[in-house]
Amino acid sequence: MSTRTATLATASRVISQLRRDPRTIALLIVVPCVLVFLVDQVLAGRPEAFQRVGVPLLGLFPLVSMFLVTSITMLRERTSGTLERLLTLPIAKLDVLLGYGIAFAAVAAVQATVVSFVGFGLLDLSVGHSKLLVVALAIANAVLGMAMGLFSSAFARTEFQAVQFMPAFILPQILLCGLLVPRAAMAEWLQWLSALMPFTYAYDALARAARTTPLGPRFALDVFVVVGVTLLALALGAGTLRRRTP
Amino acid sequence: MPTAISINGLDVIRGGRPVLRGIDLEIAAGCVTGLLGPSGSGKSTLIRAIVGVQIVAAGDVDVLGRPAGDPDLRRRLGYVTQAPSVYHDLTVLENLTYFARLVSVGRDRVEDVLERVGLTPESGQVVGTLSGGQTARVSLATALLHRPELLVLDEPTVGLDPVLRRDLWDFFHELAEAGTTLLVSSHVMDEAARCDTLVLLREGLVLATATPDELRRRTGTFDLDDAFLRLVEGVG
Ligand SMILES: Nc1ncnc2c1ncn2[C@@H]1O[C@H](COP(=O)(O)OP(=O)(O)OP(=O)(O)O)[C@@H](O)[C@H]1O
Ligand SMILES: [Mg+2]
Repeated sequence: MSTRTATLATASRVISQLRRDPRTIALLIVVPCVLVFLVDQVLAGRPEAFQRVGVPLLGLFPLVSMFLVTSITMLRERTSGTLERLLTLPIAKLDVLLGYGIAFAAVAAVQATVVSFVGFGLLDLSVGHSKLLVVALAIANAVLGMAMGLFSSAFARTEFQAVQFMPAFILPQILLCGLLVPRAAMAEWLQWLSALMPFTYAYDALARAARTTPLGPRFALDVFVVVGVTLLALALGAGTLRRRTP
Repeated sequence: MPTAISINGLDVIRGGRPVLRGIDLEIAAGCVTGLLGPSGSGKSTLIRAIVGVQIVAAGDVDVLGRPAGDPDLRRRLGYVTQAPSVYHDLTVLENLTYFARLVSVGRDRVEDVLERVGLTPESGQVVGTLSGGQTARVSLATALLHRPELLVLDEPTVGLDPVLRRDLWDFFHELAEAGTTLLVSSHVMDEAARCDTLVLLREGLVLATATPDELRRRTGTFDLDDAFLRLVEGVG
């Protein structure tokens, strides 16, 4: 009934909170740009290598930074007592998550657009398919990172733990997604393992968008998995918000 | 007087230890009930059970004719946690506006409530920069917005000076006269004197339920501090 109001109220509250923290916003937007630039410089002698990893990185950096920021913000809501208070009020758990989701998706859209602008405009990345497709995928990835961050915050008691999720869950996915070594060149058990990781699909979609070859049915599967895992993480995240606690 | 809260055989276990043990309690509607007891006696836990955020091991908690935690109660109950639960990175007004939107009340009501808790001059200030007592009042204000039938306040006056404390207690009585039921936990005995009824907890058990006068009579002392100590220490 009032579900939509509560979602929007929460989204605008989260945006107000972010606005009070311009440094975080600056970090969210500037850091991925600087990183993409660094990769460009590191691979300066091998432009074809930059072409191969550059486009996927446009989408993977936003995913990682959104994951981190969201998991910590949500953890604060859980540990500060505001969530306990909130859940005694007429608001559905999904309102809380969707409110966060909308707020961070808006930030993610800005972030992904700016990083893509740097990649395409300043660093001469080229794509086989539309640049808009890459921007859209980058936004989808940022939203995926956000949803996973919301969910994973349930498993951290402290901000130290939440930060450790980055090396624990994100780094292995970066190693195995195909960015460093094509998956086909990995040992079979690693291929199986990477098939279970959302990053693999996020990376593959971006890599396909970068190539000139047709996107193929595998691209549809990639997008399906990215969107599906986002929705799943949001639903599971709502499940981890408990009105009653011990 | 009709009953607002009725508790039967409530057991709560926290961290593997029994924290509330077979609580039976009736709390009357339309008056101010004080919940007193030493630190760790289970006041906050009992309050959490009443507002429906505590997992309970056994027993029934009935609030305004509904089981505690019933969705219907979310519009009828106001809850102030012991530690102020507001957003420290938002201004006073932004905090209240957010909670107001959740309970569907308008801007006018926000301004009334701000006035009521004496925070109108601070409305544009970020909560993180407020004093402890001011922060506690923001937390209280958010619970008043929707004019709840039942207000459950966990140590709402901690950190407030005597003038503010008196004003708030006057306000609590005003609310009670208008029909609101209040359950207020406290450490401070001069506040106990301002309650209509007192519930004394010790180690998860209800030690006594009495009006301040009955308590004085029973323990043979005028001073509620002494009365409380005698009861808690099992003298008298
Ligand atoms: N999350 C928890 N896990 C385990 N034990 C807990 C938890 N919260 C409280 N306890 C224990 O439950 C008991 C009652 O705690 P409670 O917070 O209800 O006391 P209180 O009467 O409100 O105390 P105070 O006046 O200090 O606020 C204490 O012994 C406390 O250590
Ligand atoms: Mg307490």
